[in-house]
Amino acid sequence: MIGFLLRRLLAMAATLLAVCALTFAVFYLLPSDPAAQFCGKDCSADRIQLVRQQLGLADPLVVQFWHYVTAVFAGRSYGTGPYAVQCHFPCFGYSFQSAQPVWDLMTDRLPTSVSLALGAAVLWLVLGVGAGVLSALRRGTWLDRTLMVGTIGIAALPVYFTAMILLYLVVTVAGILPYPRYIAFGEDPAGWVTNLILPWITLALLYAAIYARMTRNSVIETMAEPYVRTARAKGLREARVVGRHGLRPALTPVATMLGMDLGGLLAGALITESLFSLPGIGKLFADSLNKADQPVIMGITLLASFFIVSSNLVVDLVYAWIDPRARLS
Amino acid sequence: MTTPLAPAPAGGAGAPAAPEAAPAPASPRALALHRLRRQKSAKAGAAVIAFFVLAAVLAPVLTAISGTTPDAVDKKAVDPYLGGLPRGSLGGISPDHWLGVEPMLGRDIFARLLYGAQISLLVACASALLITLIGTVLGITAGYFGGRTDAVISRFMDIMMSFPSLIFMIALLSVARDVNRVVLLIGVMSLFSWPYIARVVRGQTLSLKHREYVEAARASGTTNRRILFGEILPNLTGTVIVYVTLAVPGLIGTEAALSFLGVGIRPPTPSWGQMISDAVLYYKVDPMFFVLPSACLFLVVLAFTLVGDALRDALDPKGGRT
Repeated sequence: MIGFLLRRLLAMAATLLAVCALTFAVFYLLPSDPAAQFCGKDCSADRIQLVRQQLGLADPLVVQFWHYVTAVFAGRSYGTGPYAVQCHFPCFGYSFQSAQPVWDLMTDRLPTSVSLALGAAVLWLVLGVGAGVLSALRRGTWLDRTLMVGTIGIAALPVYFTAMILLYLVVTVAGILPYPRYIAFGEDPAGWVTNLILPWITLALLYAAIYARMTRNSVIETMAEPYVRTARAKGLREARVVGRHGLRPALTPVATMLGMDLGGLLAGALITESLFSLPGIGKLFADSLNKADQPVIMGITLLASFFIVSSNLVVDLVYAWIDPRARLS
Repeated sequence: MTTPLAPAPAGGAGAPAAPEAAPAPASPRALALHRLRRQKSAKAGAAVIAFFVLAAVLAPVLTAISGTTPDAVDKKAVDPYLGGLPRGSLGGISPDHWLGVEPMLGRDIFARLLYGAQISLLVACASALLITLIGTVLGITAGYFGGRTDAVISRFMDIMMSFPSLIFMIALLSVARDVNRVVLLIGVMSLFSWPYIARVVRGQTLSLKHREYVEAARASGTTNRRILFGEILPNLTGTVIVYVTLAVPGLIGTEAALSFLGVGIRPPTPSWGQMISDAVLYYKVDPMFFVLPSACLFLVVLAFTLVGDALRDALDPKGGRT
C-alpha cells in the first residue's frame, strides 16, 4: 500500500509539473506582453520596462519557469530596492493590479467555493442517487420513465436559465429568500444555508441528472448479480438485500464520479458564481480575466488542476482501500 | 420535456406502424436502425436538430424574407425614455421584428438567433469531428500497438484530463491572438475533449484485438493496416458514433459558456451564449430577450442528448438498454 501510495504521489507531482509547465508556456510564449498586461491600459514605455525587470521577464524562459516553481516552495521577491514586493511561501505569483500575492487572493475566496461545491454535492447526491435507486427498483414503471425523461430534460436546462428563473421566482416574486451573498458558516449557519441554497440548487440540477442515470444503470446491473440472488435465497428481507448487497457495490462508481466532479467544481463553478455574484474562485477568475490579471489567472489554473489531480488520487486511494486488486494495476 | 423517452419494449407499444415491421431485419446495422426508428424520443430529437440545422443553413434566406440583418441597429424599435427597452409588448415583437429586438441597440433577435445557430452548430459539429478523428486515431493506436506507444499516449491523456478544462480553455482563449475566433474555439475545445473518446476507443480496441477473427487475420499474415481498417475500425463505429453524439451537447454548452464569459465568439458576430450574457442584465424587464436564446440552447442540447441516448440503446444494447 505504501509503495502504491508513493508511486501515485510521484505521478501526481509529475502531472502537476507538466500542467504547470504548459500553463507557463501558454502565458509567456503567446504574443500578449505580460509586462504591458500587468502594467495596465495606459502605461508609459519606461514603466513597462520597469515592470519587465521587476517580473524578471528579461531572463530566459526556463529560468523564469525555475523561479516560478521554486517560489511556490520558497517564496520570492519581485524587483529590487524601493519597488520590491515580497511574496512568501506558498508563492503563486503576485498580482500587481490588486497589490496582493495571488495565494492570498485565492485563499480569501476558497471558503465560498468550497461551501458552494460541497452543498451542491450533497444536494445532487440526495436527488440523483435517490432518483436513480428509485428508478432502478421500479424499473419499467411510469415512475421510472418519468424520472428518466425528467432527468434528461433537467440536464439540458442551461445553467443561466435555471439560475435566473430561480432568482426571479424565489427572490423577486415570492420574496422567500434574500438575494444570495456569501455568509461564512461559522458566523451564521442558517444564513449560510439560506443564502447558498439557490446556487446549490442550480448546480445540483445540472449534476443530479447524470448521477441519477448512472446510479440507475449501476443498481440494475448489481441487482442482477448472483450474490444478490443468493441473498434473496437465504431469505433476507428485500430491504436488506437492496441495502446491504445491492447498493454498496452499486454506489462505488458513483463515489468515483463524485470525487472527480468535486475536484473539478472547486475552482470550476465560474458561471454559477458569476450569475449569483458569489465571491468564489470562479468569480475571481472571471474578474481577473476582465482585468487581464495574468498572475491570478495562472495561479487559479494551477490551483484548479491541483484540485483535480488530488481528487483523482483520493478516489484511487479509496478504491485501493476497498478493492486490493486495484493496487496492482 | 414533453417528448416521452419510452425505451420501447420489445412488443413495440405505441410504435408507429412501420411497413417493414413484421420480418426481423437481418444485418446488425438494419437492426440498429430499426430499433432507432421505434424510439419516439429519437425522432423528436432528430426533428429538432433538423429544424435548427435548416434554420442555420437558411439563415441568409430567412433573414432576407424577414427583412432584417443580425447587425443592423434599429433605434426606432427601442424607447430611449425607458432606458432603451424595446417598444411594444413581448420584447418588441412586431411585423418588422418577428421575435422582438435587443434592448439599447434594437438589433433583430430573430436574425441574431439564426446566425447564432450557425455559429453554435458549426463550432460544436466541427469540434465533434475533430475529436472523433484525434480520439479514434490515438485511441486505436494506443490500444492496438500497446507497449511503449500505449504508455506514452495514455500518460498524455492522463495529463490532458488533469487540466481544469474550462478554466484552461478560457485562459488560452484570453491570451490568444485574435485570428479567426471560430477556428480558435474549435481548436481549443477539441484540444481538451479528445482524451475522453480516445480512452473509450482504446478500451474497446484492447478487447477487440484478442477476438478470434482478429487473431485469425493476424495468423493468416494480414498486415497491421488491414487489420486496423478492416477488422477493428468497423467494430468501433457504433461506440464512436454514440460517444460523439453525446459529446455534441457538451460542446454546444461549452461554446455558449465561453461566449457567455466573453472569451468565445466576439461581437458583432452573434452567438447564443453572448446573447444570454447580454440578456442576463435585462431578465426582469425584458424576459423575452433572455428566454429566446436560452430556449434555443435548451432545445438543441436536449435534442442531441435524446438522439445520442437512443443511438446508444440501438447500437450498444448492453450498455444503455437496461
